[in-house]
Formats: sequence, C-alpha cells, structure tokens
Amino acid sequence: MLFQRFLDFYKSIFLIFKSYNLTLFRIIINYKLSIVKDFQNKVNVVFLTSILKTVMILFFARMVKLSCQNFDRNIFNMKKVPYRAQISNIFGIQFVALLLFTNFILAQDSATSEPEAAQSTSEVTVAEGDAVKGKQLFNQNCAACHALNRKMTGPALANVETRLLEDEGLDKEWLYAWIKNSQGMISSGDAYAVKIYNEYNEAAMTAFPTLSNGDIDNILAYTAATPPAPVQAVVAAGETAGGASNSSGITNEVILGALLLVFALLVMMLILVNITLRRIAEANGIAVEKAKAEKGLPIWKAFAQNQFLVLVFSIFLLLSGAYYAYGWMMQVGVDQGYEPIQPIHYSHKIHAGDNKIECKYCHSSARVSKHSGIPALNVCMNCHKSIYEYKGNPEGPTSDDLANGYTNEFYTGEIKKLYQAVGWDEENQKYTGDSKPVEWVRIHNLPDLAYFNHSQHVSVAGIECQTCHGPVEEMEIMYQFAPLTMGWCINCHRETNVNIEDNAYYEKIHKALSEKYGVEKLTAAQLGGLECGKCHY
Amino acid sequence: MASNKIYWKNEAELNPNDSIVQKLKQNEFPEEIPVDEFLGDKKTLSDSSTNRRDFLKYVGFSTAAASLAACEGPVIKSIPYVVQPERIVPGVANYYATTIANGFDFASILIKTREGRPIKVENNKDAHIGGNANARIQASVLSLYDSTRIQGPLSNGEPAEWDLLDATVKAKLAALKNSDKQIAFLTQTYASPSTSRLINDFSAEYPNTNHVTYDAISADAALTAFEAKYGERALADYDLEKAELIVSFNADFLGDWQGGGYDSGYSKGRVPKKGKMSRHVHFEANMSLTGANADKRIPLAPSDQKKALAALYGKLNNSNVGTDLNEEVINAIDQVAAQLKKAGSNAVVVSGIDDVNAQMVVLAINEMLTSSAFDAEAPKYIRQGNTKAVDQLIADMNTGKVGMLIMDGVNPMYTLPNAADFAEAVQKVDLSLAFSTNWNETTEVIQFTAASNHYLESWGDAQIKKGHYSLMQPTIKELFDTRQFQQAILTWMGSELSYYDYIKETWTTDILGESGWNKALHDGVFSTISDAAMQNSDMVMSQGESQNTEGTTSLMAAVQGLAKTSSEGMELTLYSKVGMGDGQQANNPWLQEFPDPITRVAWDNYLTISKADANTLGLVNENVANGGLDGSLVKITVNGVVIDNVPVIIQPGQAKNTIGLSFGYGRSVGMKDEMQTGVNAYALYNNFNATQAVSVEKSSGMHEFACHQLQNTLMGRGDIIKETTLEIFNTKDHHEWNPVPEVSLNHQEVPATSVDLWDSFDRSIGHHFNMSIDLNACTGCGACVIACHAENNVPVVGKQEVRKSRDMHWLRIDRYYSSEDTFEGDNIKKDEFSGPLESKTGFEEMERAAENPQIAFQPVMCQHCNHAPCETVCPVAATSHSRQGQNHMAYNRCVGTRYCANNCPYKVRRFNWFLYNNNDEFDFHMNNDLGKMVINPDVTVRSRGVIEKCSLCIQMTQKTILDAKREGRAIEDGEFQTACSNACSNGAIVFGDINDEKSQVVALKEEDRMYHLLESVGTKPNVFYHVKVRNTNEA
Repeated sequence: MLFQRFLDFYKSIFLIFKSYNLTLFRIIINYKLSIVKDFQNKVNVVFLTSILKTVMILFFARMVKLSCQNFDRNIFNMKKVPYRAQISNIFGIQFVALLLFTNFILAQDSATSEPEAAQSTSEVTVAEGDAVKGKQLFNQNCAACHALNRKMTGPALANVETRLLEDEGLDKEWLYAWIKNSQGMISSGDAYAVKIYNEYNEAAMTAFPTLSNGDIDNILAYTAATPPAPVQAVVAAGETAGGASNSSGITNEVILGALLLVFALLVMMLILVNITLRRIAEANGIAVEKAKAEKGLPIWKAFAQNQFLVLVFSIFLLLSGAYYAYGWMMQVGVDQGYEPIQPIHYSHKIHAGDNKIECKYCHSSARVSKHSGIPALNVCMNCHKSIYEYKGNPEGPTSDDLANGYTNEFYTGEIKKLYQAVGWDEENQKYTGDSKPVEWVRIHNLPDLAYFNHSQHVSVAGIECQTCHGPVEEMEIMYQFAPLTMGWCINCHRETNVNIEDNAYYEKIHKALSEKYGVEKLTAAQLGGLECGKCHY
Repeated sequence: MASNKIYWKNEAELNPNDSIVQKLKQNEFPEEIPVDEFLGDKKTLSDSSTNRRDFLKYVGFSTAAASLAACEGPVIKSIPYVVQPERIVPGVANYYATTIANGFDFASILIKTREGRPIKVENNKDAHIGGNANARIQASVLSLYDSTRIQGPLSNGEPAEWDLLDATVKAKLAALKNSDKQIAFLTQTYASPSTSRLINDFSAEYPNTNHVTYDAISADAALTAFEAKYGERALADYDLEKAELIVSFNADFLGDWQGGGYDSGYSKGRVPKKGKMSRHVHFEANMSLTGANADKRIPLAPSDQKKALAALYGKLNNSNVGTDLNEEVINAIDQVAAQLKKAGSNAVVVSGIDDVNAQMVVLAINEMLTSSAFDAEAPKYIRQGNTKAVDQLIADMNTGKVGMLIMDGVNPMYTLPNAADFAEAVQKVDLSLAFSTNWNETTEVIQFTAASNHYLESWGDAQIKKGHYSLMQPTIKELFDTRQFQQAILTWMGSELSYYDYIKETWTTDILGESGWNKALHDGVFSTISDAAMQNSDMVMSQGESQNTEGTTSLMAAVQGLAKTSSEGMELTLYSKVGMGDGQQANNPWLQEFPDPITRVAWDNYLTISKADANTLGLVNENVANGGLDGSLVKITVNGVVIDNVPVIIQPGQAKNTIGLSFGYGRSVGMKDEMQTGVNAYALYNNFNATQAVSVEKSSGMHEFACHQLQNTLMGRGDIIKETTLEIFNTKDHHEWNPVPEVSLNHQEVPATSVDLWDSFDRSIGHHFNMSIDLNACTGCGACVIACHAENNVPVVGKQEVRKSRDMHWLRIDRYYSSEDTFEGDNIKKDEFSGPLESKTGFEEMERAAENPQIAFQPVMCQHCNHAPCETVCPVAATSHSRQGQNHMAYNRCVGTRYCANNCPYKVRRFNWFLYNNNDEFDFHMNNDLGKMVINPDVTVRSRGVIEKCSLCIQMTQKTILDAKREGRAIEDGEFQTACSNACSNGAIVFGDINDEKSQVVALKEEDRMYHLLESVGTKPNVFYHVKVRNTNEA
C-alpha cells in the first residue's frame, strides 16, 4: 500500500512535469550540453560535484519526507496540500536536477498510447422493425424501469418477444395489448399479466397508448438485437484501459528503477572523472590549490568585514524570516485544498458537471437549515436504483481518466459500494435492511465557535454554492476551495450587497439605512453583518 | 483629615480577638503550599533514579511529541442517515406536544428536539390548564439522559431478560387467578383515562386486583374533605386570576400545593391594572414562596393556623368560636374577615393544612362566599393517593394476603415513614416487582425491577382537570431496553395491542367525539369544555350552593375540633422545595444546583428556624473566610425517630416555636456520590401529616452550605428594588414613587438620565431588543433559571464550587429581605442616619433581616447596557455591543482577564474556572456521552478561562430573524423570545423589539412603573424593571 502511494506520488510528479514550461526545459538541456562542452574545466567539475551533492541531499531528504507524509496519509486518510505551489516548485527543482542527467525519460512520456475505443456499429439482424429507432424509443419510454439484461423495476427485456413466445406461448399481439394497457389486462384477469404484476411487487406499468404497433416493433427489434455490441466494446475498452493502467504502473516502476540506476552511475562517473582530472592535472604539474590562493580577499570575508552590509543583511534576513514565519503560522489550521480520500469515490464532476444535477437536489437542507447536509443514502437511491452502472462516455474514458484509473468499471464499482452501504439487493431489487452507513470524511470543518447558516446564504441571499465551494462541477474529488477563515468571511460581508429585493423583511430597515448611508445598495456589513455576536454565540 | 470610618467585610472582622481574621490579615495564603511533601524529604530525592538530564530528556521529548502531534489536523467523519426520517432536517428543531405526569408534576408541554434528541421543555401555550412547566419540569429533560438509569430489566439486582419477567409474571398471574390472594398495584397518581381503563380491564380479568394509589407527599386530607362534600375523590380548583382577595392558610400555591400550577393566574391578578390588583393575606409557619409574595404575611405555628381558620369561620358565620390565639392574630383575623365579607364572591380562601376538618372548613367558606375563583364543578385529578389504602396494603402484605405486588412511579422505601415495615412486608409477598427508571431504595428490596421508560419515551394521557385532557407521546425511541408500565400490563394480560392503540381506542370512543385524533395528538391537549362553558360553570356553582343541616352540624364539629387543637413544644412543618419536589429527580444536577428561591441555598436541605429560637438553642449561621456560609447542626426527634446532623438555616419570617424541613433530599441508593445531599424528611412524615411535634437539640460541628447569595438585605438601597404601595401608586405622581435618580452636574442635581459620558448611537434602525421584568408578576419560581440552563448549555459546577461563589447561572433571582418590617422602613431608617458612628451601627443593624420581613424577588441577568462598562475595559475587545441592543461575548476572543466582571455593576458575568465538559472532576452530565445529548447544538460549549454571560438568547433572536427573512415577511410582536421569557408563564418577563411601536415591550417601557437597575450609573440598560406595588390596603 505504501509503495502504491509512492508510485501515485511519482505519477503526479510526471503530470506536473509535463505541464512544466517547455522553454525551461530547453534551457536546462542547453545548459547541460554546455557543461558537457566545458567538461575539462576543472573549476566546473568542482562546481558540478558540489551541485550534485546538494541535489542528492535535497532529493533524499525530500524522499524521506514524502514517504513520511505518505505514511501520515495512510493513517489519517488525508491528503493535505498546504502551499501547493511551493511543493510543486520543489518538485520542479528536483526534476531540474534529474534532467541534468537524464533525457531519455522523455521518450517514455510521448509513448503513452491512446487506447482506441472500439467503435462498432451495432449490426441489426432483425427482419421487422428498425433497431436504431427502437433504441431511441426504448431509451425514451422504457429505460426508466427496464434494462435489457437485468431486472429492474420491471423484467429484463432482451429477446422478450422470443422469450414470451417460447416460454409462455404469448405472441406479439399480447405484447401490444400489454404495453398499451397493462392495467386493463390485469383487471381482465389475464393469467400471465397477473403473474408478472404480482412478481414485480404490484408495480403498475405505465400505459403507452401513444405507441403504435410499428413503434413497438421497433422497440422489440432493438430488444431482439444480438446482445448489443457496444457493451462488449466497452468491456473490451475497459480491459485495455485496465491493462494500460497496470502497464503504466509497471513503466513507472521501471522508470524509477532506471532513474535511480542512471543517477547512481552518473554520480560514480563524475567522481571518477574528477579523480582522473585531478590526476592529470597533478601529472601536468598544475597545482589546483594555487588557483584559490592567488585570489585576493574572498567576497565573504569582504562582506563580513563590512559591518554596515552585515547589519543590513541581517535586518533583511530577520524581516524576511519573520514574514515567512508569519505566513507559515497563518496557514496553520487553514485547510484550503484539503482533499481527503472518501470511502466511496463520489465524483461531483459526473453528478453536478456532466449530468447537471442541481446542488440542492441532494443538499436539500441547505435551503432551510444551517447545515447543507450530506444527503442520506436514500436520496442517492432515488436515481441509483435504475442507474446501476456507469456508462458516462460513449467513447469510453479519456486518457486522463485512464491515467487516474477512472474507468467505467471503476465508477460502476463505486455504485456497488453504495448498494452495499444502503443494503440494496440488486438481484431481487429489494432492500435487505442490512445497511452500513457511509463514514464520509468531512471536508469543510468550521470550528464550533463559529455559527454559519447555509439557508441564510443560499435561500435569503441567493448566493451560488460555487461562490464558496468553488467549481464543484469540475471536481472529480471534492476539495476545500475557500480558506474558510474569518478574514475571508468578513471580506465578503464587506463587499457583497445584500439581496433585499422582494423581501418584505428588509423593507423598513432598508429604507432607513439607505437614507442614513445615502446608498441604494447595502452590504452585509452595513446591516450589522460584522458584529461578533452574529456568528459567535 | 483622618477618616475614622472603618471598612469591614465581615462582622467577624470587628472582633479584634478573632484568630482567623488576624491570621487572614497577615497571611494571604493561610494554607501552606505543599512543596515540602515532595521536596522536603532529602532521602527520596536522592534515591530517585531520575536525574536532571533525564528530566530534560523527558521535557524535550514531550515538547517535541506535542508539537509533532499538533501538526496534523484531526479527521472528522460525517455520517449521514441511510434513510433520512421524514420531517427531520439536520439543524432544524422539531417541537412535539406531550405531557408530563410523573405523579407529582402534571403539565402539558412542548418538547424541542434536534436531530431526534429532546433538548428542551417549553410551555404549551394552547393548553388552558396545566400548560406551564415549572423548574422541575424544565429540568426533567436532563433526567432522560441520566447516566445512572437502569438499562434493562433486573432480577434480584442482576441483569435479566424481558422474556424471563414476562414468563414469571404470567405464570404467577395464572396461579393467582381465582385465588384469595391479592394482586396489588401500588402506583403513583396517573390521572390518566387510559390507565384507569386498563386497570379496570385488568381487574375484570383478575377480580382479586387491588389498585392502591400512593402520593409521596399526600393530599389525602383535601381529597377526603372534597370527597365527603362532593362525592368525588378530587381536588377543588381555584382560578386565582378572578380573586381580588386571596386568603391562604399554609397553602403554598405558588409552590407545590395540590400539584401547583396556580402561579400564572395569581400573577395576572397581581399586576395593577386600572388601579386594581388582588390582595393576598397569608398565614403560615415556614417562609414559603407564596408567603414571600403575600401582601400581608402572618407567621403562625401549624396549630395556631387551625385555630385561626376556625376563628375566621366563626367571624364569617357570626358564630362564636372560642380560641386561645393572642390578640394580634385575632385582630388580623378580624380584618381578614371584614375584607372577605366586603369582597364577597371576589374572595377566595385556600388551605394547605393536612387536616380534613380544616379542608372542610375551607370548602365551606368558599361556598359561603360563593367565590368565583373556586371551582368544585370541574375539579383536578392530579392527586389521588389514599393513605389509608397504603397502610392497609402494607398490613395485608404483612399477613401474607398479597400474592403479587407491582409498583410503578413510587419509591416507598424512600418516601414511606415506616419504610422498615414495608421492607419486612415485601418479603412476604410471593412476587414483587417495580417499574423504575433508576436503581433506588425500593428496587433494592424487591425481586424484579422492570426498567421503565422516561416519560419522554412513553405514550400516555392525563386528565389534569375535569374535561381537560392531555396526550403524552414519545419524543425519542427508548434509549435502553425499557418498557413502560402500561405496555407491560397489556402484554401480561395477553393483549396484542400496543399501549398507543389502547390510548387511541380510549380517546376515540370516550373523549374525542367528533374531533380528530391527529389534531389532538398534534396539539397535545383537548378540552371537552369550551371557554364559554367554563365561564358558565361558575354561575352554576354559585347557584348550586346549598347545605343540609346535617352538613352544617358536622361542619360545626369540625370547626370546634380545629379551635381546640392543642400542641406541645416545637412544631415541624414538612414542605417541598420548588427545586426538588418529592425527590424523584434528586439525581438531576440542574435541580441540585438550583438555589432555593427563599434561602438561596443549593445542594442541601436544612432545618429552617426563627432567629429567636436559634438564639435560645445556641444555633448560628456564619460566613467564613472563603465566603461560604456555615450553619450549626441539630438533632431532631419526631415520635421516636431521630435524625442527627441536620444543618440549620436561620430563616427570617419563620414562626416562633416552629421549624421547617423539606422533602426530596437524603437519597443515597443508585445515586452519584455528589448527588447524595441532605437528609430524608420522609422519615418524619408520620401518618402522612406534614406537621409534627418535634424536639430539637444542638449537635456539635458545623455544616458547610452552598449558598448563592450571602447578603440578605438591601440595607436601604431602594434604587435596586423599587417598591410602593397600591395607595401611593394610585394617588401620587410617578415621579414621587418612581423617581429618576439624580447626580451632581456642575454642582447641580440633575436627573441621571440627562448626563452622559458617552456619545449615543442611533439605535432606531433595525431591531432593538429590550426585556421587561415585572417585579409584581415575578413569584421567584425559578422556571426561567432552569430554562436558561437548558437553552444555553450552562454547566453545573458542584457544591464546592458554588460555595466559592463560582456558580455559572446566567440568570439569577435575587431575594431580599427587608431589615425593618418593610422595605420602605429600611429607606426611611437609612435616610435618617446622622454622623458616621450612627451610620456604622445603623448599617450593621440593617444587615439583619426583620423577624417577619417583606421579601422581594428580582431576576437579574446581563442588563445589556447600551453604555456598557464591561466593553470599555476589555483589552481584547471580546465583548462588544451590537446595534440590536445585545451585548456580545466572543468566547474565542476572551483571554480571561476578568476586567469586565470587575467593572460590571450588576455582577452578572461568570468566569469559567474549569473545563466543565469532558472532565471527570465534574461528574454531572457534561462528562458522559449520554448527558451530553441534552446540549443545545446552537450554543457554544464554553471552555475554561473565558467569561460567559446572558446573551439575550441571541441564537433564538437570530433564528427568528432568519425565518422571517427566508419567508420574506416582517416580524410580528411576540415572535422574539428568550428562554426565560418563554419559560415565564406569569408574564413577568416580556421580551421584544422596541423599534416595533406596536410591541408589548414598548407599551411596558412607557409605563410609569418602569425603571432601570442602578440608573444613576448611567449604563442605559436594555433590561428594565417594573416597580413592585404592594396592596397594603387594610380596609
């Protein structure tokens, strides 16, 4: 597990690296070449070795630190990223260092192959009816309760026509009648109709009198089509995707190993070269030390002797130290960017972004309560009773998704986790009553001493959720967008005009205050929104 | 210019020979700092293997470890419902109407729940009768979360299964059917139509059933008298709002007399309207809450009360009743009789004397007066106990006539005076079983303990008064493996019904008629008598007055009996305190810490005794160096029963030659150590009579009290409690009886309100909250104090901390005695002092309360000054003012300098000395998960080192504002409430927005009686008071 985390980490480093400025890249490479050119310069060799030593120390220190952090994450299940920019800088420096010695890893990078999603047009092999139209009709009318190959609210419909004919001896006419008026058939006492009705918990099927026999033929054609090819294609794509993700893991390992080896070799080489050069120099009678001795007063000594400079420098050091110390202290307890690993990989991107589900559909209590509320699992089941698998991208997952392992199967697996938690028996479409509440890791943690009311901001002020929670619809993994510090609250209260239109509550107070301040719009601060006791009690 | 004034803190300081005082003067820390214990012993020091380097290592390591541990924030889990219950929205409170009927307290109430947890009790304003929660009912929600509750059925003290109990009881019932042995029920008063029906059904199946109702504190005399006269075992009801003259003989109707609940009507009549208010004359021995509120209080020993009642009847009846009362009392009775005659049907007489004759006489007087406040048509059913039946049951048990004994809601081993007899008798019962929520004295001696539901987990109903029904519904699922009595009986009868179905059946067939069950359940109350009918019933009453001659003769015998009451030695009156009642909630920390309204002592009961008797016996109360109050101990003997080491409080107003002792204390079984307080007065409750002949003897030693208020008198500072008489109030200008204090400006006396150090802010925009406290309507009952506790998560600090004046009450009710006979007398006396010597001795005298003082109650919370002295001295701006008139307190900003508390003229700020939550040193309710469930999630639980105080329930006002904003409407008057104003059913505390001209609080602020506390300080408080008016009209 720890090692897996380690790899994850390096994966992320590659991603950062990829996005790194290419020009910087070239400069580095050029620099490297120039170093190679000046290889015989002894001073440079000394310089290079010293850089190497520093880089090595830096690198190993970082490795140790990161492994510790990974360890922490394992314990606390959290990925805390304060000063993300800073860390990426450090990553950058490391890679600069690495690049000094390697260039062939670049080859690996471009080699990422895009798995070709198998595009197969479903072959229609049914005589009557148009399966393509049928698919459309099926999706419009039937898919809410029926699937082709599994029971849902109603029975599975793959090959329903032949099944009925073979098993029950019921012809198409029966199906026409059933689809157009199932209740009528049940009340008329049709044996199979009653049986089906009872079997599916007496859930009445909507009557579709608008469907013509032709339409039904089309639907039946669709259901009769050979087990739809796209399903297999997706599976195939999934398999390749899975393979790809696995192999990418292996390549990472290989890269890592190779890197270390090359690194070690280079270090060895440099040491050897250094020694050799020294020997050559000695053999040629050049005293290396002399170069130093010939110099006049070293800069640092000159610096140390100039008391004014020392004073200015130390003041500068102290001030900047204090500045950074203050900055560091101020971020204690601020969890901006906090992005913990959740027990179920719930993607806001898919729900709020791709499917455009209104935030307050799930977080309904945000309208009336101080809590936005994590939706109860029964809310999830409103949709996920019928959405039992993820087939979000018809083209299959993108390379980015694949790199992260977000395949359709992965998401489907997460839906199964939901079923397990809520105690939903997919086979029989029933709740087993055996539920295990999900222990989400809370992301936005306001201290107890601060009172915050969602309904005040959502219902009264009409503020978008994204104002504080950021681009949730783009978040694959939810993280804390805003710092949630008091300064941040206050700032918004100072700057934001209160939504007072059409609210009888504000009528009197608005009139009086706008006269007093001579303004038309009022900020929350002008209404007393900065008073301590409004949030602390 | 040397001043010869001597400043002193304590009487003892004036005594130069007092060693304690001298020592304290010389030495700030009288106790040695115990460094020697660990540094003094050289040998152990040198033997220790820990050297300096080790020490540094440990320190270094622990510092490093602590800083490392602080690096990572904790991971907080959030667990949503799997299936969210309908109507529960996290963060939004739900209210349910229910009923408390625990045998002592009966009321229709609302329960506030958050996420399914009951957290607060509110009054049910829809209820005409019994809709008011007193302090005990307010606190009862905490008893639900009592960590000492038994969590499942027990068999001989060992955990058992319900199946075992069911099987055993069913087998025994089958065996007892048609046997000549009794199946006995010994239960509390239920006043429940469904339970009555259930027991009748049970009796029909088992004819050998014997149901005995037992009230711990009996109202048997009143019940018997009423039954004799009206043929029904019930209690006459009194609507004191209708009475212009109330004469009470030892009836503590503002306390627990006949189940209480009379304070709301009483208070309404006490607020002067159009120059009229009711007059209240009170005869009693102990100083009760009711006596403290009376216009005229006549201290009388219990035996004299009976004589006085007889004499009064004689006066009213113009018959000659000879008594040996002294002249003063006779005069008082003459006056009362004259006033009664004058007031006629507008007068009422009530009596709490435990004597059937006295009760009969009172009923007769009320009939004679055709009192409109007296209601015998629709009596109250909240006391049913029959003392004879209880005695008979114990006798039957002793003779082996009882096959099975089932108890519910009673604790006879604690409450019976002859508990030892009961213990012996219960051994002779084949099967004994008790329903109980807690392990107690009774469950200890019986075989089976059926773990019972708290009332907030139960179904039930009650008929508090004839025609006024109330429903009880569970507000939380059973926390433990418990079952309520009625449900168990149904099961044992072999019924498949749940008790809910059973109640519904009772109600739909017998009570509701056309009305719907759901509505009744929603409202919690249902009345078969309309308001109009209630008015008419009085008319019927007055017409239906007729007495046959036989009745008259027996009445005369009763009067003669009363007149000839004899007594010897001292007389003891047992009473119940508003904070503890009959003691069933003795393990409720809120109630233990609730100070008695009269003595202001918490965590104890005590013997109250008059100053004169205390002097005779050599008993003292004294304040000690750390500010605590100590009292002598005595040994009391009643009828051979001895209780030793009873602490003594010298009670001004206590009738001479009498003592008082309260019920409800002295419980020990199943209680946490700290809750085991006081002595058990039930041991002296012979024949269920609250008055007993007693002998008192001084014991050695002193008792340490936890007293909230050490100063007893105002010493003439009339601007704190302003008072006047009805006569002056009606005839004089308000500047005379409610003057604005004057201060000197440029050597000229000007009204204090006209001088200001500060710039005033414009507070006319938005809301500006004010609170009005009417000293006439406040009876001092303390329901607001507990409501404040519950709403604001006020911690309980324990007896030792209270003793050090570290109580945390945000709202206190000060009680002041007058030093002269009246407060007016105090003012006059103070003004007439001349010279330093006279004022020194004079003030010394004024420290002592009068023998029968006037009393005033004054609720004091943070006054939310517009020019607050606390705000200006806070170095970190933790306390600040809002434009809504509330003085804010940001706890997270407070660094605990306590400057604000020092600068507060009202002394309402409280300092958190310790971490009271999660701290086993304070083992009350905040240190266990169960007890924490009562915490209000909208209010911060304060940590140590901060000042806290009343916030005018800002969480409630903010919620009201937010609700209005969300609904897009203006706020109506009455929507703004605080916990205390909500809890005050007397209308003494009114809260509102003074920028809303139509609000009640504006009208109250403009009244002549309005004044601010310490107006001369210039703090401009947002809490104001109303001058207390006393109806001293003797004519």
